Amino acid sequence: MFAISTLLDISVLTLLVVVALAMVRERDLFATVMLSGIYGLLSASFFVLMDAADVAFTEAAVGAGIFPLLMLTVLTSVGRYEAGARRIRILPLVLMLALAGALFAAVVQMPPFGAVDAPSHAHVAQRYIHESPDEIGIPNMVTSVLASYRGFDTLGEVVVIFTAAVGVVVVLLGGRPKTPQQSSQALMAEHKVLRIVGKMLIPMILLFGLYVQFHGEYGPGGGFQAGVIFAVGIILYAMLFGLSNAQRVVPLGVLRWLVALGVLIYGSVGLASLLAGGEYLNYSVLASDSVTGQHIGIILIELGVGITVASAMVLIFFAFTRATRSRDELEE
Amino acid sequence: MAELVTVLSSLCLLLGAFLIFSGGLGVLRFPDFFTRMHAAGVTETMAATLIVVGLMLHSGWGLPLFKLLLILLFVMITGPTASHALAKSGLHGGLRPLGDNTNNERH
Repeated sequence: MFAISTLLDISVLTLLVVVALAMVRERDLFATVMLSGIYGLLSASFFVLMDAADVAFTEAAVGAGIFPLLMLTVLTSVGRYEAGARRIRILPLVLMLALAGALFAAVVQMPPFGAVDAPSHAHVAQRYIHESPDEIGIPNMVTSVLASYRGFDTLGEVVVIFTAAVGVVVVLLGGRPKTPQQSSQALMAEHKVLRIVGKMLIPMILLFGLYVQFHGEYGPGGGFQAGVIFAVGIILYAMLFGLSNAQRVVPLGVLRWLVALGVLIYGSVGLASLLAGGEYLNYSVLASDSVTGQHIGIILIELGVGITVASAMVLIFFAFTRATRSRDELEE
Repeated sequence: MAELVTVLSSLCLLLGAFLIFSGGLGVLRFPDFFTRMHAAGVTETMAATLIVVGLMLHSGWGLPLFKLLLILLFVMITGPTASHALAKSGLHGGLRPLGDNTNNERH
């Protein structure tokens, strides 16, 4: 058993290195994007091998799912092939080699994987593991750490996504329009099979997104994964039935509000617990029973995370695909 | 009965693994885009189906069985669709199957 898991680890890690090298060597950016999806899937497999189901889920949804998709939409505006000749630059090369050497030295000094006396297992982790069943009372400990104990860190992550969406909107929806593109609607009309299968799958994808959203307390999942899955459903709709149809479902103006609404919900839960007499994001004070309070808090902030992530992803996709259209059209 | 299920499940898993291997070999060795796609298509439909069925037999009654069934349905719908889209975009991009002599008639 030991030998087989080691063999699996070695094969997946070797494949990761091979894919990474192929990505560096490849001049065709389309192939690079596809390889990055494979890289994400391999990372997710490796996280599964390490029993980190939640991280694997996120990596599969983001690294193998939406990241290549968004990169492909970027390629439509930057072109498929890398421009200019490649030169070897000495300074970056030396810096990278030094960094790689330092990282290797650090890895050698790290405690073995899963070691009980590793520093990361010695301090707060002990408390989380021992107290979480009584304090938070939900089966998925990852969610209780992510949403409750480290709620402030997660708020930071949501704000990062919010900021990214704001940045994309400012840069792409505020800039000069380029020449209009061929309508994707006309192009996709001939893809009958894709449309029919898409019609079958999109409701399932959205339903699965909701399941992941509200099942995050009990199994792998939560707002981040659910948001990405939900966004992928809408992006698929936009790809198959045209951008204008998709924007009738979720108008840009609504998306802008939703991106902010998620962060607002998250922050408001923190404020509510502050007003109820606890610390910021201490959900225990939200209800008379502290475990119920934790449940309410976690469900609410996960909802906030899901709303922000989903609308940010869809907004970024729309922004990239509409970057070529005229500015006036966007303002409506 | 339990042994029979185990044998069946192992058989499915082994056959699935063999088809994945042969599919990988085909992608590497076949001469052109469409034959390679055929090899990849076998991997994502037949091999994936066999492996999921093997896992279903292995898991026994319960929620995992149902989840595996959903995965099976998903794979069976998306796999052929992906192959279809790939072949179509190959044709659209100007690739012609080996032995197709009608190159000049279509653009």
